[in-house]
Amino acid sequence: MLRIPCPFCGPRDETEFSYEGDASVTYPALDAPEEDWFEAVFLRDNPRGPHTELWHHANGCRAFLVVERDTLSHEIRSARLAHGPTREALE
Amino acid sequence: MQRYNLLSVICGGLTGQKHWQRVWGHPEPKPHYDVVIVGGGGHGLATAYYLAKEHKVRNVAVLEKGWLGGGNAGRNTTIVRSNYMIEGNTEFYEHSMKLWENLSHDLNYNVMFSQRAHVNLVFSPAQRDAMARRYNIMRLNGIDGEFWDRDTLRRRIPHLNHDHGRFPILGAYVQPRAGTARHDAVNWGYARAATALGVDIIQGCEVTGFIRKGGALTGVETSKGEILADRIGLAVAGSSSLMAHKAGLGKLPIESHVLQAYVSEPLKPVVDQVIVFGGVGHFYISQSDKGGLIFGGDLDHYNSYAQKGNLPVYEHVIAACMQVLPCLGRVRVLRQWAGLVDMSMDGSPFITKTEIPGLYLNAGWCYGGFKATPASGHTFAHTIARDAPHPANAGLTLSRYREGRQIDESGRGPVPKLH
Amino acid sequence: MTGFRLPDGGLIDRTRPVTFTWDGRQLRGFAGDTLASALMASGERVLARSFKYHRPRGVMSAGVEEGGALVTVGTGARRTPNLKATEVELAPGLAASGQNAWPNVRFDLGGVNDLFSRFLAAGFYYKTFMGLGGGTRQWMFFERFIRRAAGMGTPAREPDPDRYDVVHDFCDLLVIGAGPAGLAAAGLAAERGLDVMLVEQDFALGGALLGSAERVEDKPGAAWAAERAAALEGVRVLTRTTAFGLYDGNVVGLYERVCDHPGDTDPARPRGNLRIVRPARIILASGAIERPVAFGNNDRPGVMLAGAAAAYLNRFAVAPGRRAVIAGNGDSVYADAMALAGARVETMLLDAREMAPPELAEAAAGVGVEVHSGYVPVEAAGRNGVTGLAIGRPARDGHVRLERTVPCDVIGVSGGWSPAVHLLGHRGARPVWHAEMACFLPGRLYDGVAVAGSVAGVWRTEDCVAHGRAAAAEAVEALSGRRPKAPEAPAPGGWDTPILPLWEVTLKHRKLKSFIDPQNDVTSADVRLAAREGYDSPEHMKRYTTLGMAPDQGKVGNVVGLAVLAEALDRTIPQTGLTTFRPPYTPVPLGAFAGRARDRHWQAERQTPMHKAQDDAGAVWTDAGLWKRAWYHPAQPGESLEDAYVREAAAVRETVGMVDVSTLGKIAVQGPDAAEFLNRVYVNGFAKLPVMKCRYGVMLRDDGIVFDDGVTWRLGEDEFMATTTTANAAAAMAWFETLLQTRWPELRVHVASLTDQWGGAAVAGPRARAAIEAALAEGDISNEALPFMGIVRAKLRVRDGEIPVMIARISFSGELAFEVYARSGHAPAMWRALLAQAKAQGGTAYGVEALGALRIEKGHVTGAELDGRVTLEDSGLGRMASKTKPFIGMALAKRPDLAREDRPRLAHFHPVTEGERFSVGAIVCEEGKVAGHGIGWLTGVTAAPALGGGWLGIGFVRGGPQAWEGRTVVLADPVRGRETRARVASPHQLDPEGERMKGEPTHA
Repeated sequence: MLRIPCPFCGPRDETEFSYEGDASVTYPALDAPEEDWFEAVFLRDNPRGPHTELWHHANGCRAFLVVERDTLSHEIRSARLAHGPTREALE
Repeated sequence: MQRYNLLSVICGGLTGQKHWQRVWGHPEPKPHYDVVIVGGGGHGLATAYYLAKEHKVRNVAVLEKGWLGGGNAGRNTTIVRSNYMIEGNTEFYEHSMKLWENLSHDLNYNVMFSQRAHVNLVFSPAQRDAMARRYNIMRLNGIDGEFWDRDTLRRRIPHLNHDHGRFPILGAYVQPRAGTARHDAVNWGYARAATALGVDIIQGCEVTGFIRKGGALTGVETSKGEILADRIGLAVAGSSSLMAHKAGLGKLPIESHVLQAYVSEPLKPVVDQVIVFGGVGHFYISQSDKGGLIFGGDLDHYNSYAQKGNLPVYEHVIAACMQVLPCLGRVRVLRQWAGLVDMSMDGSPFITKTEIPGLYLNAGWCYGGFKATPASGHTFAHTIARDAPHPANAGLTLSRYREGRQIDESGRGPVPKLH
Repeated sequence: MTGFRLPDGGLIDRTRPVTFTWDGRQLRGFAGDTLASALMASGERVLARSFKYHRPRGVMSAGVEEGGALVTVGTGARRTPNLKATEVELAPGLAASGQNAWPNVRFDLGGVNDLFSRFLAAGFYYKTFMGLGGGTRQWMFFERFIRRAAGMGTPAREPDPDRYDVVHDFCDLLVIGAGPAGLAAAGLAAERGLDVMLVEQDFALGGALLGSAERVEDKPGAAWAAERAAALEGVRVLTRTTAFGLYDGNVVGLYERVCDHPGDTDPARPRGNLRIVRPARIILASGAIERPVAFGNNDRPGVMLAGAAAAYLNRFAVAPGRRAVIAGNGDSVYADAMALAGARVETMLLDAREMAPPELAEAAAGVGVEVHSGYVPVEAAGRNGVTGLAIGRPARDGHVRLERTVPCDVIGVSGGWSPAVHLLGHRGARPVWHAEMACFLPGRLYDGVAVAGSVAGVWRTEDCVAHGRAAAAEAVEALSGRRPKAPEAPAPGGWDTPILPLWEVTLKHRKLKSFIDPQNDVTSADVRLAAREGYDSPEHMKRYTTLGMAPDQGKVGNVVGLAVLAEALDRTIPQTGLTTFRPPYTPVPLGAFAGRARDRHWQAERQTPMHKAQDDAGAVWTDAGLWKRAWYHPAQPGESLEDAYVREAAAVRETVGMVDVSTLGKIAVQGPDAAEFLNRVYVNGFAKLPVMKCRYGVMLRDDGIVFDDGVTWRLGEDEFMATTTTANAAAAMAWFETLLQTRWPELRVHVASLTDQWGGAAVAGPRARAAIEAALAEGDISNEALPFMGIVRAKLRVRDGEIPVMIARISFSGELAFEVYARSGHAPAMWRALLAQAKAQGGTAYGVEALGALRIEKGHVTGAELDGRVTLEDSGLGRMASKTKPFIGMALAKRPDLAREDRPRLAHFHPVTEGERFSVGAIVCEEGKVAGHGIGWLTGVTAAPALGGGWLGIGFVRGGPQAWEGRTVVLADPVRGRETRARVASPHQLDPEGERMKGEPTHA
């Protein structure tokens, strides 16, 4: 069972969260070329080892977290709020 | 190749089992092959077999990092079916089904393909309607499929939870020709038959890099040294992205995920068909010839390269099991394991040439790799030998996302964990 | 009769005799017995039959590693197959029976298989049964018999009547195993203030001490354990509880048998608990499991582990026989032999080592044990029970020279000990081979996990106690920062004389039938055959021979099999490798994992606030995801679905109808950038939508496929309420949050789900306004005050007063229609008040079937059409896309295949033969080309009175209706055996200009 340390709620079971994929993807502007969107939507690094990824605390505070997790060992190194302005305001 | 049959088994009994030949050897790699297949799973082994058998390309090596058949080929839930709706998949999986039906004879190895029917339960009128489309498409493509209404289902599988479920079981869509096969036997059968045709199966040989000349790939670097090859096929589902990076293909439209499976203690027959459902949950179960109930459900739902799963999915899968087969409450789960699956962006695979000359890709199998094994090998061999796809895999390209031609059976879009 | 109860001793309670049945015969034991010990005391030897050869099997161990005595317990719906007699606690009324045998385990006709065993070597089934020619029919013929013969016990076919709970636990320290190390660890940690849980799979605490005659701190071991257990203050002690799996985050899965015994069935308590523990630290004190040696006929009833033979004596006061041979290769067997001799069992001890440890040998001889050094067991005699043992001496060639046969009725064998490292393997830690002690020891440990006692290869009891304390001290220090005084952790070891690795005994000139996995009938010859044929990795060997895949999970046999494989390949054991340990450690009932998520409680049931009001009036319900929605409202009991929905739909067209739309997703979108946000999310614009107006909008996914649609209300400059489809309510909410928190953090927008806060009713039909007006206490819904897509706030008069509502003029049916929303608490009153007025206007409540009929007539798309593969153009909504602002999905919607003109587009279908029926899911085909993937498909079918009666379909056809003008198509439905010719029409036939919903009704 992954135990994810939510900055608001403390360590919680993975069942409270919804996995939302690779956090390193940057989505282009809405009017950016098709190719940029293609890469963001369809292509993934899919690394074996450290991975930064989004988790949505859907059955909790509903914050999106950026979690550093190892895809091989499943060890979680850190979790922070995805929303920059809120994160900065809290720091 | 030594023939296997009743006579040879009797002879074995009378001679202390001394006469059996090795099924495959431990060859040292040759410096050059016409084709090198990376990955000694079912797909890789089948590819080598069909290259040798159908295309007479016999100077072939299969390179396997661990032991052959040790990946998903040896850790799946062994279901074989061809109930697909979307163009591209329908033809491919039916091509596979036809190969399955003669596979034991073709390989002279009993892969125990048992056509005991695949029974897809439906729980709501909307689901019944949506699935009608799929089974109609199958029928119009010459694939068997039928609907069992409530009474038929009650007669065929009386111990289902017909009356007390959270959702009413309204019936089931059934593919009678579908069923299960013995996964290890498939791997071993292909490996043995490929070996007999001259293919080198090299276990414990990890591909660490690729040899390039100009823009093309001309060989692989391995833990057993350099091996040159005219053509290289990747069949390493679960780790496709890693190998693609090494080969210079860049990012793939794939995430690696963990899929768990479970087996119960051996029991006298209690589940005669493959029973599955989706929609309100996700569950599939069958009973092996040894008597173990083999079942599974959803992914663990996060990127992973660890071949282990976590408890929440146990609870989820088994609750789904108890929903439809509450008589199994006292039956005990004996073992749980997990495999790494290539989850693609539309839930469908790739068997294709790549933009790199000399490199061919077989990947993206999601949940469905086992049933695809014969067709995957057959069409991948065709694609490599002819440098052009077989009609059955023509749609399974990498470029389809660029073209807007997703083969999305579930309609869930480019979110790998949802397929 | 071989085994018998001793007149005194043991840990059983002789004051509490227990009556139970075995294969229908009544037998007696005592409280504190296991089924195995009670059967042994009753002289029963053959308790089971093996998997393949149906050879007789007796008790082989005294624990969960049992490979012989698999039985079925209980009858009817409570029948539980494949239980190990050694793990079944004896209880009054227990009904146990043999399995995998006919007529019974003592005389089993299946035993004939044993005569043909030479033909049934490992993997023989891969080589035959294929039949001639092609196809699978011949294999499936043979398979029927194979399946019947295979399997072990027979499961119940009735639903499990018992209940299970899932319990969530937290603690500072979880100690797994209550032997000397575990008891010591739990004691120290609790003294130092840690919150400790101690779990033990047995029903008694003490571990190995329970079955041994050893003294600890000058007390009998069992008494020491009882004393320690009694002194555990504040420790949560769970007996009958197995830690079956170790998972990420050091979460441990436990299965606790709560009241699993006849006579202990308390209806208020569950049969078992699945406990999920999240400990800060773990001490694994799971002990070690003795393993056998492969020798001839080592599966015969009466052959058991040496430690088990002593355990039956010490713990249960049962002598397993009258003449015993104990055969081992290490020091531990001396105590076993002495225990037997002490109970006046004539005992011979074979020590494979040439030099027996002198002190031990002397002590054994002192109590009458006949000690033979340098001797090994060769072959057991007897069929349904051991009658003798051929013994011999190892020769230089690696084989054994047979010497003589000694009479005996029990053989206790020990090939050494395997630490129970399984749980560590669950997280991927590979154990490491310790050559000197011939066993695998824990390898890498994870943060927060420690081992203590014999699981770490620490063999002496006093060292185990010290190890437990040392591990506890480490845990205390890690959690509190203060290290209590405790001994240093001892190093692995503790045997006076090294063990002599001994895996298999072979003769030079004759093959022995030596079992490695007695349940699956895997012999050493099978392992060698696998190696010879090329199945030479341990995983291949395991799979080819099925070694270790039986209910005992290879706890005793796997290492022996590995050693035999290594020898066959001329490799060392570490070179050969090891298979992976997988959870669960011991089998866990499926019911436990489901807990209370059974039957109707599998998934939550969602009801709208107006559910009861409709249910009271006799509504018939259907499922929409987790929601219950009214399917139809019978006018009188027994009215059919078809009659009801046609009647309800007609009411909407002619007078007024009301439907509960509370299930629609409702999302508050608030903030200065709310309009900008919606502009980006929806294909159409929202920036210019006036306050108190609403607008229909469509969202695409990133990949340009239609995601969802709904009406968004602008309630203020910075305040919107977006409604979504029922199915996508949660997904749309998560999508909005994704965008705001991860992609567009600069937007000052907050979203909140209002789905459960509001109840909504759509009131539709030419008399809808009249019905609502009659219930209005305050507010104006005239055409001027509330034009199409307008919103007003109003008050409704209900039974107990007035309630505030919001009313929007929205139409899904194409009629004059309103959606009326009240706070959830007011919604039932709203429903009743409006329905009374609707009925007064000659109207009715309608359900989702009529809702579907109305929308099909009107040509509105729903989830049936928006199946995750269609584009905006496909669904006939292409004109909605804004050309002046970008939106999500815009870029990828331009991909070539999605922009094709000949894609299937939304259309209506009418049967050529009026009145002919057809169904959803039919495939649209060109005339004469009824094959392949067709040119479209049907997503909805209804009786359509508003379009002239008859049946109407909605669906897709290649190129859209204009491409098929004047032509007929075939609706092919082979699954239901129908083929219908149909003509294609525009989906917007009903009131295409929207006069009925936008203007004043005139046709009523």
